[in-house]
Amino acid sequence: MSKNTYITGIAGISAQTEAAIFSGEPMSYHTNIFHSIAPDFKEYIPAMALRRMSKAIKMGLTAGKMALKDANMELPDAIITGTGEGCKQDTEKFLESILEQEEALLTPTSFIQSTHNTVGGQIALNLGCTGYNVTYCQESASLESALIDAMLLLTEKPDLNSVLVGGVDEVSNKITSFGYLTNFLKQQEINNLDLFTQKSEGTITSEGAFFFNLSPTRTEKPYAILKAVDNFKAFNSVEIVERINLFLSKNEIAHKGLDAVLIGKNGDLEQDLVYEELQKSAFSGTAQLAYKHLAGDFNTVCGFAVWLSCLIFKRQQIPEVLRINDISEIKLESILIYNLSSNNNHSLILLQKP
Amino acid sequence: MKNGVAVTGMGIISALGNGVAANLEALSKGQDGITYPEILETIHTELPVGEIKITNSEFEHNLGLKGNHSLTRAAMLGIIAASEAIESSGLSEKELLTTGFISGSSVGGIDATEIHYLEYESSAENRQFIPAQHPGFTTNSISGYFKIQGYTTTVSTACSSAANAIMLGARLIRAGELDRVIVGGTDCLTKFTLNGFNSLKILSDQKCKPFDDSRNGLNLGEGAAYLVLEAEHLIGEKEVLGRVTGYGNANDAYHQTASSDTGKGAFMAMRDAIEIAGIPLENIDFINAHGTATRNNDLSESNAIKRIFQSKIPDFSSTKAFTGHTLAAAGALEAVFSLLSLQQDSIFPNLNFSKPMLETGLVPITEVKFRPISNVMSNSFGFGGNCTSLIFGRDE
Repeated sequence: MSKNTYITGIAGISAQTEAAIFSGEPMSYHTNIFHSIAPDFKEYIPAMALRRMSKAIKMGLTAGKMALKDANMELPDAIITGTGEGCKQDTEKFLESILEQEEALLTPTSFIQSTHNTVGGQIALNLGCTGYNVTYCQESASLESALIDAMLLLTEKPDLNSVLVGGVDEVSNKITSFGYLTNFLKQQEINNLDLFTQKSEGTITSEGAFFFNLSPTRTEKPYAILKAVDNFKAFNSVEIVERINLFLSKNEIAHKGLDAVLIGKNGDLEQDLVYEELQKSAFSGTAQLAYKHLAGDFNTVCGFAVWLSCLIFKRQQIPEVLRINDISEIKLESILIYNLSSNNNHSLILLQKP
Repeated sequence: MKNGVAVTGMGIISALGNGVAANLEALSKGQDGITYPEILETIHTELPVGEIKITNSEFEHNLGLKGNHSLTRAAMLGIIAASEAIESSGLSEKELLTTGFISGSSVGGIDATEIHYLEYESSAENRQFIPAQHPGFTTNSISGYFKIQGYTTTVSTACSSAANAIMLGARLIRAGELDRVIVGGTDCLTKFTLNGFNSLKILSDQKCKPFDDSRNGLNLGEGAAYLVLEAEHLIGEKEVLGRVTGYGNANDAYHQTASSDTGKGAFMAMRDAIEIAGIPLENIDFINAHGTATRNNDLSESNAIKRIFQSKIPDFSSTKAFTGHTLAAAGALEAVFSLLSLQQDSIFPNLNFSKPMLETGLVPITEVKFRPISNVMSNSFGFGGNCTSLIFGRDE
């Protein structure tokens, strides 16, 4: 890929705010399931429409519009969305109605809004955007899939000026709480900021929406260059390191050229062992940062990491609350985001300061 | 697109039967697979569906599954169809390691969720199905079964999911990002979707009548189908079943569930697909239409077809009356049917049609028709305004 892909507008809705993270006073929660901080949705969505919308739709549509506004872009050429678990609130509502009412007297609203492509469709509808539109639901690689498609699309169609790409996942009452039953969530309630000192099985979860305007055109102040995205399977740390090295060398970055690595440690005793091995090997000379103690762990939370990275480039500052080792960066020009899920699914996102 | 991306394998399971041969036989004889629900446990036994008359336990037995597996019906259908595709392309286990897998799914494994949902909290027995609800899990179950380790992802754009999966696979091969990928989709009948469409009042209580003036809704169906796409340097002596030569994706941006009267999104998707294929309009020999038999879709799609092709409307038909609407899998089932049309030089009939709709006067092909076919266009449109059109060309 010869041409650069710039991130020219960003938006992040999560359990944190930019101010909270960078002021050193991150939001603290005392339950293993916590909610995002809602912006003023009414600024972006008419009140009438808002009433019928689930959190995922509100967050996704708002974040999408915020990212475009931030990029000074009215109408994107394409909209690509990632969501691991889609519109769970409406799915749950319709499913419970079917079960409770034994398939009788059902109203369609929650069914209509339960479809996984609802957010992508609603953004298109709201903007009147008839361009390319796809939604990916690949568990914790959903946003990565969307980014991979976006970069492919920009290569195929050099005349495109704006691809809106983002990830969204919401908390729902029952389905999210099933995480306690599968041991995805910790059995004991913890404070999110203590995530990495609690040595136990499971993690904490939340919700959010993260959208980015991608453009091949360098604007006045782009946040970052989206250099490359990879998603792969690997079964041991030797293989993982090989793939990371291959990825970096393909993108002409030496390990020592990496200024910081944002890793997806989530406090799960077993899964974090893999990260810890990499912390001691591949990433040993690099400033190591973590973020899931702030935003929780959910399928599209790597969007939070991309959003954070953009802000780090812009502010040229790493919030202390992210640091998990003592290596300081000399400069802040390249950040690697590494995430592991389901034991063998790995993703890499490489960002550079423009 | 010069040449297009080669299809070297295909597999399918639908209400018409298990395997390409069984499907071809039913299509050629004009025998539909529409019945009443017997396996899906629902009170709506009056609603015709395209149900595969094989129970989950029969599938478990056939696949040699034991113990606490987490394969839902959608995943099992996917495995069966993908297995045939892999075999027909002659892929080895070693080749599968580096093969990609892109699958469409609308509701993942919600068929299991709706059975176990109320007992998850009180009983640990079926909790392995909790994560199986989500579409990506279905995809990973299928790719995991075959130990596929190349790039794996799931498209969920409602009823255009599989068509978009095929499109993405072809694009990744053209870009040189992948050299072999299995693409398609799977969806099974569920109470969730049956009741959902029923609450929208777009299910017919009769066998559906695509493009007919008196059409009154769709029949839901279930099924799975996959294609093996390969880059030129991997084809070797393999038989090329056809080529993906064009694709277009657009959004109707009109309504969350309804299509615009003019079929704006459908028009753009078809136009872009023809442009990518780089062929003149008159070279489209046949359109495998989306044709769900809802009042809204068929009119909107007809208007879009008329806008593109003007007075020279190609032969067209919808196979939804054979299989029912298999949602996310529809684009994959109909990709297999389109490839069969190319191979057999035949058009499968649009069943249950008697009177053209007043607004358009369009008449689909209603009897099996033999004629030379070099290019087939296949349409898939879905909720959320997602419209995709694919073009399959003969290997030349």
